[in-house]
Amino acid sequence: MTETQVQEATQSRRLLARQRKLRSFGRLTKEFRTDTAGVIGGVVLLSFIVIAIATPLLFSSDELDRTLQIDQPKLASPSGEHLLGTDDKRRDMLAVLLWGSRTSLSVGLAAAVFAITIGALIGICSGYFGRWVDAVLSRIEEWFLVIPTLPLAIVLVTVLGGSLRTIIIVIGLTSWAGSARLIRAQTLTVKQRLYVERSRGLGAPHRHIIRRHIFPNVMPIILANLTLTVPVAILSEATLSFLGIGSFERESWGKTLEAAHAASAIRLGAWWYFLPVGILITTVVLSFTMVGNAVERVVNPKLRER
Amino acid sequence: MIVRKIGVAIGTLFVVVTANFFLFRVVQTDPVAAVYRGRNLSEAKKAELEERFNLNGSKLDQYVGYLEQLSHGNLGYTLNSQPVSSEIAEKLPTTLKLVGTTTILTAVIGIWLGIRAGWRPRSKFDRITTGITMFFYSTSDAFFGLALLYLFASKNPWFPTGGLIDPNSTATGLNRILEQFHHLVLPGTVLVIGYLGQYSLVQRAAMLETSGEDYLTLARAKGLRDSLVRRRHAVPNALLPSITLIALNVGYTIGGAIIVETTFSIPGIGSELVRAAKGPDYALLQGIFLLISAAVIAATLIADLLYPRFDPRVRTP
Repeated sequence: MTETQVQEATQSRRLLARQRKLRSFGRLTKEFRTDTAGVIGGVVLLSFIVIAIATPLLFSSDELDRTLQIDQPKLASPSGEHLLGTDDKRRDMLAVLLWGSRTSLSVGLAAAVFAITIGALIGICSGYFGRWVDAVLSRIEEWFLVIPTLPLAIVLVTVLGGSLRTIIIVIGLTSWAGSARLIRAQTLTVKQRLYVERSRGLGAPHRHIIRRHIFPNVMPIILANLTLTVPVAILSEATLSFLGIGSFERESWGKTLEAAHAASAIRLGAWWYFLPVGILITTVVLSFTMVGNAVERVVNPKLRER
Repeated sequence: MIVRKIGVAIGTLFVVVTANFFLFRVVQTDPVAAVYRGRNLSEAKKAELEERFNLNGSKLDQYVGYLEQLSHGNLGYTLNSQPVSSEIAEKLPTTLKLVGTTTILTAVIGIWLGIRAGWRPRSKFDRITTGITMFFYSTSDAFFGLALLYLFASKNPWFPTGGLIDPNSTATGLNRILEQFHHLVLPGTVLVIGYLGQYSLVQRAAMLETSGEDYLTLARAKGLRDSLVRRRHAVPNALLPSITLIALNVGYTIGGAIIVETTFSIPGIGSELVRAAKGPDYALLQGIFLLISAAVIAATLIADLLYPRFDPRVRTP
């Protein structure tokens, strides 16, 4: 074969592979679309993310500075001027909530990505290498599964200091173990397949087998787990902030709940201080869960019967 | 097998103890200074405190000292120089009442819902319970608690707004217990409804799994009524995962108790943990974390040991 022929051959192989991937992606999207709950969740999430990104265009960050709100009413109920009322620091609640959504969503996403990265690394290594690697990693995994998450998170945040970055790391550290276990199980079944055996027989190094065979085949599980871990992470962040543990740098939904509690919004009947934020948290968490369930159903046909 | 399981549990606890020691030693270099923030201290007093906080010798010596201390049930001293163990002992009964009652209620109601929902999947009952449990599972416990406080303590003053007992209360005996119970209704509701999904979903899945079994077909072929097939043949076999779940959920429920105790200002272990973290009162935080971990490890071990007794199918020869 001449050099151009070789090039053509590899190129057409890549083209074929790309077409195959596009086709299977199209099939999966089509299947996802049949899941009404998943589609609704997806639409809600997308709009939340768009609004969160657009927040600086709607409200300047000055709205969060209590020293600039002296002329505003304190704990005012919703009106034309303040659609969701104001808080005890005279700030517009809508602005506070939208700015808070940026923190809550980004911390949730970042923590979930971190958790799944650890989970995937440990799960794949554990399942692929087996023997003592598996034994050691499984012990670590079990430890994190047994130890209660919230107390551990509280201790870690207290010890490591409560910046936004530590919160992300701590939530990630306390929520990877379940996914690692599922990814390990999937790795074990992929490892048994013939093409992996063939590849090993041809002398492929571990790195190649993991990258080209194992990883693409556990990717669907990783994706499903990622979507299902985000809501957990968002709730964890809200809980830690509500308890007053952790980041005080920025507004977040958990912090709004904490502020409402501290300002006795309940006793004063200021429902606009805690009801909208609660609805927001529930809606976002529910949407992520619905999308996650739909993704899981698409990538794991065994679940479809139920 | 049993010995191995107990060994694993002890190993897990040992890792907690070790992490507990080293994590806190990294941040807390001088507990004596933490107590006596800048005040003058006589040499003798300082030596005494160092002895008490176990600060003499190398890190390894201190670690061994910590283990020795623990083996005598000594958890150290809080910033107010109270023994951590007595502080915990004072707060523990409240949390036990809250967590114990709600665990039983959640398990019973959740399992019942799961049996019903799983027996007729996709029925109206199934859709409604699955939807509702998923909704509450997705709510922040803190928000749920605040909403209940607003509706049933502030707007309609049916329940107290917080605490475990009215500070001016003179009630004794049974009345005192009843009053405490009245204070625990709203926080208990948050925990029960918020965590129903844990049981109902697992129980539902277990029912679905049994529903295809041959022995159910046989029972029906015998001409048994549907409710009898369910009660005598399906439920007993599908109950096992949920029963072990009770023990495995202790950790989650304690997490819920931390949130609820803070929301409702109940003086228990959970709110004490938050207080210790905010202080920060490291010895207290360390002690409570150790206690919670030990409780969860023990519960897991019990579930592990009991499972084969209930279910001969997983008994290893």
